[in-house]
Amino acid sequence: MALELELISPFEVAKEFALAVQEYTLLSAQSLANFFRRPLYMGDMLQQADLIGVGSLPIVILTGLSVGALLALNSASTLQRFGGVTLIGQLVSLGMVTELGPLITGLMVAGRNASGMASELGSMIVTEQIDAMRALGTDPTKKLITPRIGATAFMLFFLTIIADLLGLIGGYGVAHLLFGLDTQQYWTSVWQTLVFRDVFTGLIKPVLFGFIISTVGCYYGMSTRGGTQGVGRSTTQAVVASSVLILVVDFFVTKLIFAIFGYR
Amino acid sequence: MPAPTLPSANTAAAVVSPSDYAIEFENVSIAFDDNVVLDSISFRLAHGETKAVFGVAGSGKSTLLKLAIGLLRPDSGRIFVLGEEVTRMSEQELFELRRRVGIVFQESALFDSLKVYENVAFRLMEEKLSPEEIERRVREVLRFVELERTYDMRPSELSGGMRRRVAIARAIITEPEVLLYDSPTGGLDPVTSNTIVELIMKQRDVAKTSALMVTHRLQDAFTMATHEFDQATNQMVALPKGQRGEVAMSFLILKDAKVIFDGDAHELAASRDEYIREYIS
Repeated sequence: MALELELISPFEVAKEFALAVQEYTLLSAQSLANFFRRPLYMGDMLQQADLIGVGSLPIVILTGLSVGALLALNSASTLQRFGGVTLIGQLVSLGMVTELGPLITGLMVAGRNASGMASELGSMIVTEQIDAMRALGTDPTKKLITPRIGATAFMLFFLTIIADLLGLIGGYGVAHLLFGLDTQQYWTSVWQTLVFRDVFTGLIKPVLFGFIISTVGCYYGMSTRGGTQGVGRSTTQAVVASSVLILVVDFFVTKLIFAIFGYR
Repeated sequence: MPAPTLPSANTAAAVVSPSDYAIEFENVSIAFDDNVVLDSISFRLAHGETKAVFGVAGSGKSTLLKLAIGLLRPDSGRIFVLGEEVTRMSEQELFELRRRVGIVFQESALFDSLKVYENVAFRLMEEKLSPEEIERRVREVLRFVELERTYDMRPSELSGGMRRRVAIARAIITEPEVLLYDSPTGGLDPVTSNTIVELIMKQRDVAKTSALMVTHRLQDAFTMATHEFDQATNQMVALPKGQRGEVAMSFLILKDAKVIFDGDAHELAASRDEYIREYIS
């Protein structure tokens, strides 16, 4: 059997990319505008908040603890050489609150929920359930997408706070048990290191990441074509795209906040 | 005999307004990439009439239904449903119109995460009716399709025929003025198919709902043309020979993206068109 390779011109690829960006932007804008239009599906939003927030709690607890402990372990081995073990609290605190807490939580929830949204909505597309919803006079962006955006942004904010806290506890465990750092010394340095800018940075990011995860997951779900194979493809693409977008946006948000508040 | 020609859209518009029909297609065309699915087709569905739509697989039958309810937009032409020009309406305006139209999808398209009563009650819940009123109407309509016992079940627990009947219940719960059926008996055994045909007939003869019924099964449409629903016995009865074809039932056949026949059972039986003769034989 001869294998046929179809060559696609770069122009076509660029056109398709531009179209995808346009569709994603329109879907996101429409879903955001739905927050100000009736009906607002609060019941669906609460259900999604439970699925996304409570459902992601175990994975966030585990990763938060692990990352905090690893951060303390790696930094302590370096700091020990210069007799600076007392600085572990500062490093863990800054690292977790401004960067690793939001980022790791975002990536974990992206892996778990962007895929879930893409596969759920994708399955609804291929089984004509979305068409059925439209035919029944209900706007799927209002009923399905807006509640997911609200729930993800809201819950990621709190999940990040939990991850930050657990990261600090993980760091304390390592610092205290392995390096003999005093409890009060650790927590004082954790507390005193943080300034408004750090907390602001660490809490604005999860809201943005939540928006990215839900809109990318819903976009890939709603644009699913090609049956069950298409659902699988959408799911993979949703995780990859949301993860990459989180990393890119993280960089620019950090840079922007540095530009606004100045470097430490 | 060649297929009956359709009156010109312009002439028709001058005589009767589109609101005199439940559905009217005027020179509607749609293509997906290079594949022309419907090419300038025109037809009308009168109020209270059921029109069976035939054609080989891929002839655009399901597309036609999706165009009628505004789920797809035509490349050209105009579509009127209950006097409203669907082709000029925004999605938001369409949501309002769709509350007056029911559709039964080919694979039922029940929401698999919801129970049967939630599926059937979907529109009523959206309209924020009281829970008592919703339960009363859901039970009533499930009784109509003889599936009241499935009230608390999930779609995955139902057979194909039961799913199709639940989809019909969901479509008729708001007593729509127009119903669109997409292969309602496709892939079902003859007994279940007969039950579905009886339900569609009941809807036609009791509720007097206008309907477009896409089907591959000619025998279903002929049953509908030769029987009527008897409310006293709650079953369909054959019409006497002289009255056969006298019910509000017509046929539309699509071929090569065009309408090649649009008429009643008598005209279909009398057709001399080779393709139609072969199709109905």
